[in-house]
Amino acid sequence: MSILIDKNTRLVTTGITGSEGKFHTLRNRDYGTNVVAGVTPGKGGQDVDGIPVFNTIREAVDKQGANTAMIFVPPPFAADSILEAEEAGIELIIAITEGIPAHDELRAFQVIKKNGRSRLVGPNCPGILSPDKANVGIIPAGFFKPGNVGVVSRSGTLTYQVGNELAQSGFGNSTIVGIGGDPVPGTDFIDVLGLFQDDPETELIVMCGEIGGDAEERAADFIAAHVTKPVVGYIAGFTAPPGKQMGHAGAIVSGSKGTAAAKAEALEAKGVRVGRTPTEVARIAMEILGH
Amino acid sequence: MDLLEYQGKQLFARHGIPVPSGKPAGTVEEAVAAADEIGYPCAVKAQVQIGGRGKLGGIKIANNQAEARQHAEAILGMDIRGLTVFEVWIEGASQIASEYYASVVFDRGAKAPLVMLSTKGGMDIEAVADEDPDAIARLHVDPLLGFQDFHGRRLAYEAGVDADVVRPIGAMLKKLYNAFIAEEATLVEVNPLIITPEREVKALDAKVTLDNNALFRHPENAELRDRSAEDPQERMAKERGLTYVKLDGNIGILGNGAGLVMSTLDVVKGAGGEPANFLDAGGGSKADAITSAVEVILSDSKVTAVLFNIFGGITRCDEVARGLIEAFSQLNPSVPFVVRLDGTNDVEGRRILAEANLPNVYTEATMDGAAARVVELAKAA
Repeated sequence: MSILIDKNTRLVTTGITGSEGKFHTLRNRDYGTNVVAGVTPGKGGQDVDGIPVFNTIREAVDKQGANTAMIFVPPPFAADSILEAEEAGIELIIAITEGIPAHDELRAFQVIKKNGRSRLVGPNCPGILSPDKANVGIIPAGFFKPGNVGVVSRSGTLTYQVGNELAQSGFGNSTIVGIGGDPVPGTDFIDVLGLFQDDPETELIVMCGEIGGDAEERAADFIAAHVTKPVVGYIAGFTAPPGKQMGHAGAIVSGSKGTAAAKAEALEAKGVRVGRTPTEVARIAMEILGH
Repeated sequence: MDLLEYQGKQLFARHGIPVPSGKPAGTVEEAVAAADEIGYPCAVKAQVQIGGRGKLGGIKIANNQAEARQHAEAILGMDIRGLTVFEVWIEGASQIASEYYASVVFDRGAKAPLVMLSTKGGMDIEAVADEDPDAIARLHVDPLLGFQDFHGRRLAYEAGVDADVVRPIGAMLKKLYNAFIAEEATLVEVNPLIITPEREVKALDAKVTLDNNALFRHPENAELRDRSAEDPQERMAKERGLTYVKLDGNIGILGNGAGLVMSTLDVVKGAGGEPANFLDAGGGSKADAITSAVEVILSDSKVTAVLFNIFGGITRCDEVARGLIEAFSQLNPSVPFVVRLDGTNDVEGRRILAEANLPNVYTEATMDGAAARVVELAKAA
């Protein structure tokens, strides 16, 4: 098994006629993802290498049975595209676009939460890969094979780095989920941890965080209460200088200084081992699973 | 983007939030003219983004023109914790009966705006939060509903403000919330929010952080500048659309994606090296962005070796390789480069680089190996 995407995924890409949208959609299809449609307003009736293009997401759902959307439109229009997918009844919306205004993300998130019929992953994320089943997004899939390690990460390229270290140590993956580094991720660590906990194929979970916010601290509490499978953590930014301060109010909200050390400490306090480098993450995983 | 106090107050004024009248000044003569116009006594306030400027001599009261001149001369150009003061803000001195605290912040955890109000203003609010958390009234606002009048009353009553200012404080919070939404801020903070002896409510300070991703919708905000906070290399990087943070070491770092770059800094430091910078070339970097990035890194004269750590997803390694070759032909760097390319089109990228046979460029297969190599080369330099 895997989580979120598999052979039942029927993908529609919004922004499919842009150069990046086209490049990565075709790569996803080459990998074996069932790409059923693309959407670009004004280009309905055309096709991209045989993939039918529609003017609206609604049409892609009605005519092609799309159930998953990959959002590839530029930042000023991306939240609108997410809301269009939600309104069309898409179950899983994966937003790759980087640089969406924070308030746009906030409204899109709140609408999705209120209506309760879709899940949003991202924005500003690398997407999801279930090896040998489906790849939706920009993860370079060639590095990964099927297996029993689930990976969830806030950072795209760090996901590849850690995933690659695991692969070199002989591990395969159930699913790799990039939740994105934006202020309002549609899906949090804790959502994905819960999905991996319930996935019979996943035997170990690797969670890659980074400085800022308190998502890792909240994940630590969730793991203690709900996750019985072993979790290995990694936090990027131990040596990063304090970034631009969000102001005093930000520090009150997070209830933490948002440093890598504070996050690692929070995880370790709940029994989660934290690797100090991507290589060490793979080493800890080997110790736990006894490879 | 963090605004200076006066930029924040001017933004507040546009949204009907009461602030003391004032004028910015960049020279002593401008400051004196502004003080004459505003009248005495007035405050001369250093415009730098740092807490506790008053205690460090950055805020003075002038009772006459001679004092205004004396304070402006002292404050303009002064160094406050490493930041040079390029501008002062002259404003009418305010009479204070009470000092409160108010803020609206983008709460990432709750995924909603959080409005906070406290009667313990004028001091370090983090200390208040630590020592007396109940002294801060808090309310998450549903962004689809917006800030209602009852929200303002509820916060005012819960914070325990003086009964006669419950409504004006509520109205002030509503305006702050609306400014937060309209300007697409991630933080709007007023500390202190004052009550004058005439029972007027005013924002005596303003701290505003705007969402950089939304600036395209706010051209008037996009033009605001804080010269005191601009490092020349950082400005150069910003103009080229790169995320660059200058550090103290001698190893230039370029990577793609903030997480991987942070991880690279950690690994280089773990290998005994000192990074000179954080540079995220961003997703989908094209060759010209890589060339610009190399130029920014090399503009720091302390750099003795450079590490490229690329794991391509949306970034294509062939583009990175072409950018590096172009950078070498334009800039002819004298320091060694260690390059690690993995991910999308990596085979093509490594082939292009091998064929170019650039002088002093070393390729490494792993991140750990690349870090060890660059540390060695930087030490030998």
